[in-house]
Amino acid sequence: MTTLRAGWIITLRGLAHWARQPAVPIFGLLFSVMLLLVFGLLLGGAMEVPGDGDYLDYLLPGMLTLAMMFGVEATATAMTNDVKRGVTDRFRSMPISAAAVSLGRAGADMVNAMAELGTLVVVGVLIGWRIDAGIGSAALAIALLLALRLAMIWVGIFLGIAFRGGGTTSAVQVLVWPIGFLSAAVVPVETMPDWLGAISAWNPVSATATAARELLGNPSGLSGGLLDDHAILLAISWPVVLTAIFLPLSARAYRRLRH
Amino acid sequence: MNVSPVTHSLIAEGLCKRYGDVAALDGFDLAVPPGTVHGLLGPNGAGKSTAVKILSTLLDFDSGTARVAGHDVRGQARLVRQRIGLVGQEAAVDEILSGRQNLVMFGRLYGLSTLDARSQAGDLLASFDLADAADRAVSTYSGGMRRRLDIAVGLVLTPSVLFLDEPTTGLDPRARNEVWQAVRQVAEHGTTVLLTTQYLDEADQLASRITVLNQGRVVADDSPEALKRQIGGDRVTVTLPRRLPLGPAAEALAVTVGVPGAVDSANHAVTFEAGAGVVVLAEVVRALDAAGVVPEDLVLRRPTLDEVFLTLTGPRQQAAATAAATTAAAAARIEEDVR
Repeated sequence: MTTLRAGWIITLRGLAHWARQPAVPIFGLLFSVMLLLVFGLLLGGAMEVPGDGDYLDYLLPGMLTLAMMFGVEATATAMTNDVKRGVTDRFRSMPISAAAVSLGRAGADMVNAMAELGTLVVVGVLIGWRIDAGIGSAALAIALLLALRLAMIWVGIFLGIAFRGGGTTSAVQVLVWPIGFLSAAVVPVETMPDWLGAISAWNPVSATATAARELLGNPSGLSGGLLDDHAILLAISWPVVLTAIFLPLSARAYRRLRH
Repeated sequence: MNVSPVTHSLIAEGLCKRYGDVAALDGFDLAVPPGTVHGLLGPNGAGKSTAVKILSTLLDFDSGTARVAGHDVRGQARLVRQRIGLVGQEAAVDEILSGRQNLVMFGRLYGLSTLDARSQAGDLLASFDLADAADRAVSTYSGGMRRRLDIAVGLVLTPSVLFLDEPTTGLDPRARNEVWQAVRQVAEHGTTVLLTTQYLDEADQLASRITVLNQGRVVADDSPEALKRQIGGDRVTVTLPRRLPLGPAAEALAVTVGVPGAVDSANHAVTFEAGAGVVVLAEVVRALDAAGVVPEDLVLRRPTLDEVFLTLTGPRQQAAATAAATTAAAAARIEEDVR
């Protein structure tokens, strides 16, 4: 049994879950759409983008990025459930590698992420989002968004195992919401107090959101600075760094189940 | 007895596992010949699950050696995993998927082709009497059905060794019988079974040999018959009316019945060992009748696990005052469980 084949079988299991309980992914999608509508239509009127851009055009790449970031909660919750219900022990007693279990999780969650991106893009365009980009740069924007989601999978697996005793959802929300909103995702950093803006500019969410804005021809709300000048490089580097930290940590947490 | 990987499917020698200051296993030995059902009997916290987790490669240990199906569990974990099935304490099946989807998925993960996994799933569903519920989500199954599916998943590979960790805990008597039936079926096919349980009755029903574990140590390792001889068979418990002084009444009863009784002042009751069950029961009834006493309650029952421990750890180890404390703690835990 190769790791890839075992990973694929576990991915199919994740997809079969959604087929049997479609309410779970559907409400996940509805939540993202709701967040988009709240910010785009309800709060958006009061927002101003420095440099005179349209707020909805500014917002959409940010919402896509937030959706990728918030996906960590689904990954962590699924992982905790498997550990708690003994399914992980079952996998561990079988002749398949630990990597296969993580790959399987990643496969299913990436399919979900693509569905989420697709839905948000469609809803965004329906409420007036304008994309001004060629196929190549649009594809790169999507790839960068998915790279962030992939990096968040290792974070989610790590947190899911670490909080297996309970409280995964609240722990992840406490981590994710401040990080998600303390960024350029929905509020332009140049409208923040200087110190807050400086912190936000260093957020991985800001990097991916800004890179996506540049690639999709949307306003970045920035006038110079590291984030503005090197958004794409940062949007590549951050997921690499997160993966370099959390992939080994998640593998270690899985191995430590043996102790 | 000569223990070798050739003659035994399961071998543990001097296994130790500590969690901080607590020794979960403290020199655990086990030798199980192929094709037999071996019972691991003990209260909560005795180390049964720790032993199963170590032998099924889920848990590392501090010292000792363990070989399963001829392979070292530490050095050859992957080879061991190809030969074992594990049914943990909680039914470790996917609740959202159907029974059939579970069996097909685990079958494919064990390396079966999709086609083989499907046909085997059909066979297992039929032989565990789950065919009617095959395509329903497992979350709609009863406790007994879930446990049967769990065992079926453990058999996907036709393992040489199957671990069953308290397979009937929390099940009603009917579901328990169904699981027992399933275990017997597995054993008939030549699979070696290691079964943990808190019930002497269950070990007696299924196992050809029983290891009794307490606080991480083996306190007995014998056939069910030999163990029962040691423990002394059934018990008759008489609960007397509160108005009768317990001491004298118990003594009078003991003299008439001809067997010494154990006084339980908390419940105002006397318990007699009933080697041949019904005879002692009849004696007690006659004695009560002759004295004109109508008892509050009168039962004939199997020895409880704390009585087993009292007997097994009793005379020899009572010298060490700790043994009593140990037993009391174990008994308290069991009572807690019963509640």
